[in-house]
Amino acid sequence: MEVLKDLFQFLMERKKFWLIPIIIVLLFLSIILVFAEGSAISSFIYTIF
Amino acid sequence: MKILGISAFYHDSSAVIIVDGKIIAASQEERYTRKKHDARFPTHAIQFCLEESGLLLNDLDAIIFYDKPFLKFERLLETYYAFVPRGIRSFIKAIPVWLKEKIFIKKIIFDELSKIEKFDRKKIKLLFSEHHLSHAASSFFASPFSDAAILTIDGVGEWTTTSIAEGKNNEIKILKEIHFPHSIGLLYSAFTYFLGFKVNSGEYKLMGLAPYGNPNDVNTKKYIEDIKNNFVTIYDDGSIWLNQKYFNYATGLTMIQKNKWEKILNIKKREPSEKIEQHHCNIALAIQKIAEEIILKLVYHTKKITQKKNLCLAGGVALNCVANGKIIQENIFDNVFIQPASGDAGGALGAAFVAHHFYFNQERKINQNDLMQGAFLGNSYHDFEIQKMIKKHKAQVSYHEEKELLDIVTNKIIEGKVIGWFQGKMEFGPRALGARSILGDPRNETMQEQINLKIKYRESFRPFAPIVLEEDANLFFDIKNKSPYMLEVYPLKKELLNDLPKNYQNLSIKEKLKYKRSTLPAITHVDCSARIQTVNKKINPIFWKLLNTFKNKTGIGMLINTSFNVRGEPIVCSPFDAYSCFMNTEMDVLVIENYLFLKEEQRESNIKKKEFQLD
Repeated sequence: MEVLKDLFQFLMERKKFWLIPIIIVLLFLSIILVFAEGSAISSFIYTIF
Repeated sequence: MKILGISAFYHDSSAVIIVDGKIIAASQEERYTRKKHDARFPTHAIQFCLEESGLLLNDLDAIIFYDKPFLKFERLLETYYAFVPRGIRSFIKAIPVWLKEKIFIKKIIFDELSKIEKFDRKKIKLLFSEHHLSHAASSFFASPFSDAAILTIDGVGEWTTTSIAEGKNNEIKILKEIHFPHSIGLLYSAFTYFLGFKVNSGEYKLMGLAPYGNPNDVNTKKYIEDIKNNFVTIYDDGSIWLNQKYFNYATGLTMIQKNKWEKILNIKKREPSEKIEQHHCNIALAIQKIAEEIILKLVYHTKKITQKKNLCLAGGVALNCVANGKIIQENIFDNVFIQPASGDAGGALGAAFVAHHFYFNQERKINQNDLMQGAFLGNSYHDFEIQKMIKKHKAQVSYHEEKELLDIVTNKIIEGKVIGWFQGKMEFGPRALGARSILGDPRNETMQEQINLKIKYRESFRPFAPIVLEEDANLFFDIKNKSPYMLEVYPLKKELLNDLPKNYQNLSIKEKLKYKRSTLPAITHVDCSARIQTVNKKINPIFWKLLNTFKNKTGIGMLINTSFNVRGEPIVCSPFDAYSCFMNTEMDVLVIENYLFLKEEQRESNIKKKEFQLD
């Protein structure tokens, strides 16, 4: 829950309200993902992500 | 105030502990895990820093991470949104990692720390600095200046790719920024990729290759024009705009739109196994020239808007020694300090300074030199630890007092032998500065090829750097100040140079390499320059004495200095790493503190040769 609180504070501070629905959808998807697979560690070609 | 700074999860993870503004210990995780540019949580580096400082995690006033993951997440989402539907594949790969791991950074850090030792999570403050602020702080707060302009340039942090700031006492004020996707670092990395080198580690090879380019070749001039007309727009203040039509890093899994680049530049992308041809060198020269133009414009603009006398540089691009040399030679600022750990490893140091000066509002302690202590901030080893290694591997060794040791070593160097040199605390940052170095005779014509091919197993075009007595540097190079961290390239004195043939620029790579350009052939790059390191008697006394002994015998106080490792391997850390490297290469002599190992006296090696992923 702490991470949600921090994220919300961050979005308020940055005034990036339009990101809220995107993040909610992504978090919802991530819950599905957690149940769907074990690890999501992907090897990236570049670490700018 | 006792502060632990951490850099991790992107590249070059590291840890630093500062106590009351003094750097107590700093180290990179790769040195322990033996995986170059290791980005994993720096457990071993933290353990070392705690041991060295005699602190427990519970003793710390704060732990600070070098960037802000939420801000980076914001950049990712906004970038994907801006480019949609391009980037869907990258989005599908990147977002799960963030949602399952990177977004929970606080938990990850605490969980990893708890594996090191038990501590009170509620008591410890966990702070986050911004990426470019960490870079700026790593340079300004470590510098000898109380008042300076600060320029940071790298690939990308959260949003920022370049920043101009001013520092005064314990404050830093950011004045201007360039934001992603417009980045000098990423532009340079795109060419690193195009020329078949590894992104995030092969950039220095591109820099080393550039002098083989022919500046008079019409193609080189055309490449510069093509790059400027299509890929990058450069403005007078040094800001740039990269045409995303030609790049793929913002949303894709590669750096560039390969087909479009091949069409514009009219050459094929080089694959890593392919031979390096003259046109590759010409491309390298073109992008190096463009990078220098951008960087110099940025420095002039920094001077214009700050009117300071001093400049501090940091960020990965500040490791471009050729550009650094030009900045100094242009005399734009009276004094320039470049953070020796300018890459992400140094971010841990900057973050620790941010906590100390900003969060805890502590005053600065300014040192007449700088706070880096010669960058000798890593592990050192006791005599019993070296003896243990010797016994375990049945190494044949002799012990010598300092004077005798220096005498033997210099004689071996004069005989043309290659020496592995291991003394005192390991360096922090990418350069070996005389604590974990491979040494040779700079006058020896075959030395460059010998060390490249038989010791380091790397490309023969790679140059070697001279390490020289600080007081003698201006006898050999056009240098006004000292260069203790090997971060600047200077031309050799004209009187040391041999006449070049009229067709020199038209010679092939091999012919250029073989041509004896100066009386110090092993350290003179094909463009008659050298990446110099100067040695101060107080900061590195034993190396100063070694150079002085060599000077007494040969008349020159200079040696070749290259990092103690083979290609793809992190610089050696422990006596075992050094012995293993010594036994698995054609190195002739190894010196660990006062112990001397001669190759011909060693038994057959029972140490398994470790294969490193080539960089």
